[in-house]
Amino acid sequence: MSNDDILLQVEDLTTSFRIDDQYYPANDHINLDVYENEIVAIVGESGCGKSAFGHSIMGMHSQEQTKISGKIHFKGADLLSYSNTQLNKVRGKEISMIFQDPLTALNPLMIVGKQIEEGMKYHTKLSKNKRKQKAIEILSEVKIPQPERVYSQYPHELSGGMRQRIVIAIAIACEPSLIIADEPTTALDVTIQARIIDLLKELKRRMKTSIILITHDLGVVSEMADRIAVMYTGEFVEIGETKNFLKNPLHPYSKSLLHSLPSKNNQGEKLHVIKGVVPSLNHLQRQGCRFKPRMSGTDDSIHEETPTLREVEKGHWVRCTCYKHFQIDNHNQVVEGEKDDVFQGQ
Amino acid sequence: MTFFKVNNLKVYYPIRGGIFRRVVNHVKAVDNINFELKRGETYALVGESGCGKTTTGRTVVGLTKATSGEVIFNNLDLTKCNRKQIRETRREIQMVFQDPYSSLNPKKTVYDIVAEPLRNFENLSKSEEREQVEYFMWKVGMSRDSLFKYPHQFSGGQRQRVGIARALTLKPKIIIADEPVSALDASVQAQVLNFMQDIQEEFGLTYLFISHDLGIVRHMCNRIGIMYKGKFVEEGTREDIYENPQHIYTRRLIASIPELDTDQHQNSELLRKNIEEEYQKENDKYFNEDGSVMDLKPVSDTHFAALR
Ligand SMILES: Nc1ncnc2c1ncn2[C@@H]1O[C@H](COP(=O)(O)OP(=O)(O)OP(=O)(O)O)[C@@H](O)[C@H]1O
Ligand SMILES: Nc1ncnc2c1ncn2[C@@H]1O[C@H](COP(=O)(O)OP(=O)(O)O)[C@@H](O)[C@H]1O
Ligand code: SF4
Ligand SMILES: [Mg+2]
Ligand SMILES: [Mg+2]
Repeated sequence: MSNDDILLQVEDLTTSFRIDDQYYPANDHINLDVYENEIVAIVGESGCGKSAFGHSIMGMHSQEQTKISGKIHFKGADLLSYSNTQLNKVRGKEISMIFQDPLTALNPLMIVGKQIEEGMKYHTKLSKNKRKQKAIEILSEVKIPQPERVYSQYPHELSGGMRQRIVIAIAIACEPSLIIADEPTTALDVTIQARIIDLLKELKRRMKTSIILITHDLGVVSEMADRIAVMYTGEFVEIGETKNFLKNPLHPYSKSLLHSLPSKNNQGEKLHVIKGVVPSLNHLQRQGCRFKPRMSGTDDSIHEETPTLREVEKGHWVRCTCYKHFQIDNHNQVVEGEKDDVFQGQ
Repeated sequence: MTFFKVNNLKVYYPIRGGIFRRVVNHVKAVDNINFELKRGETYALVGESGCGKTTTGRTVVGLTKATSGEVIFNNLDLTKCNRKQIRETRREIQMVFQDPYSSLNPKKTVYDIVAEPLRNFENLSKSEEREQVEYFMWKVGMSRDSLFKYPHQFSGGQRQRVGIARALTLKPKIIIADEPVSALDASVQAQVLNFMQDIQEEFGLTYLFISHDLGIVRHMCNRIGIMYKGKFVEEGTREDIYENPQHIYTRRLIASIPELDTDQHQNSELLRKNIEEEYQKENDKYFNEDGSVMDLKPVSDTHFAALR
């Protein structure tokens, strides 16, 4: 990957929400590059700021409730400097979004074929007949059986899995170069989830689209993503290639998350539990390491005031001054590591 | 003596239509199922959305009426016994609900929510009641100052603990846990699952664990029943189901679990493709001509599958 292949470059993005006349950042000085033809997963627990991030890129936040600063470079322009009219030309054409709940994303009163054509109507000069033809093609592309028939059906006549395929069909109708998929399979059964995962991977291979995959499910990430970015209280705490990350997670939060999942390997063991809860936006302590209140037995002398995201091996970034000190054993218990192993920075 | 057993249970919901709202058809939510719970075990009901898991659970605790069949507990058929008998046995089977966000009454304090079953079933003095509620709240790891707060002031995991505390107050023998962690994040999920294992040991509980997450089921359950459209397609021990699945539907479910090990991905994608093809092509091996499920046949002493 070289700099030429960067499709989206998020620079110092801060998105703050208003709560009782004060603004609190839900994304705090975020930096992330998304390359062409790449799936990057944004992972983290409920409320950590994943959707806020996706919505910032799509320009979907209400202006009265939200303050945004930083830059979102996309194909040479800064999306944050765009007017609504300019954004409308990008949204649905160059960048599109897939939402968690297919029912709320679809118009219940319009046949699905017409919903797929909406974007084409706005963004292309295709004739009515051509649009219909294309919509049917897209329906078969997302593996809908009998596409001609389904074209004229209403959302309520379709199963949950079919509806999510329609949402995907709408998203890919104008062949965008970036898709933001916010929990695209969370509302679905496992068998349907598996098929949607395989479908999205195939579409990416064929159309060379990049996908920002927002999810809290590490299994889904492992199956789909090339890279993974772990978010905690509005900051990335670890970024790395999926394979490498899963074999060798570095940040204590990442390690803890992986050990809290039931798996073949930890059968019969108690699962790892992170103490405490994720603080809400207006109660978050923003000084120092934000994960510190969730850790036990950390040694103040080896902590930096505020850890920054550092590249510790090629393409692997971590926001923690002493990650080597934190290990979890096969019984999902925290063990004390060697102090001299502590990472000292550059 | 059998501890708990469900025999030929059917639950049909009427579909009404026409101007007279006559019953025109039925949804066969549960269609002739049999299973047994052994004392102290965790038995899983697994299957896709709408296959009848919740309906089974609700019928067992008496929230939904059985259309036919028996629910045997303490040698009594719960579908047929009188009010007094029902009252006495019902307190021994409690349910924890699917969604911690909507299953607790938002207008009641946590204290009143947890005390409610006690008030319904036991004549305790105020101080005895308080003692019991505090004890179970402490057991589920909730602090004393949370007693007089309202559900919306808690996280999903805390609410699920309140639901469990409430189910525990009558010291039941069986707990029906309907997707107890599906709405929770991984770290909170871990907390609730660990906790359920702890109290199972401490109180000698038997769980009917309803879930569609086969990863969690493998972690928690001794025996598993796989449901498909209101019927069982397979039943067996954890090893039977995960190491030697017989029905294509079970194999399809297992192949769908997202694989964390990246080295396995090509395999799992291929496996899913093959199973999908077999599912389409060799349908007649697993389903009757009208698409219905076959009867269960024994594969071993512990293992049953709906095959020809
Ligand atoms: N009160 C009701 N009236 C009519 N039909 C119902 C009722 N409750 C459930 N059903 C139907 O019965 C079937 C089984 O429903 P049930 O809630 O038991 O499914 P489930 O397996 O628990 O699904 P999920 O995984 O989505 O919770 C479904 O087809 C459902 O639509
Ligand atoms: N419109 C809003 N107004 C105020 N706070 C919000 C708003 N949207 C989200 N938040 C808060 O911002 C944080 C991040 O939210 P979100 O991005 O939705 O999380 P995620 O998608 O990771 O679950 C949470 O604390 C959430 O409560
Ligand atoms: S910097 Fe210290 S407190 Fe923060 S995550 Fe790392 S080890 Fe934990
Ligand atoms: Mg979200
Ligand atoms: Mg249910």
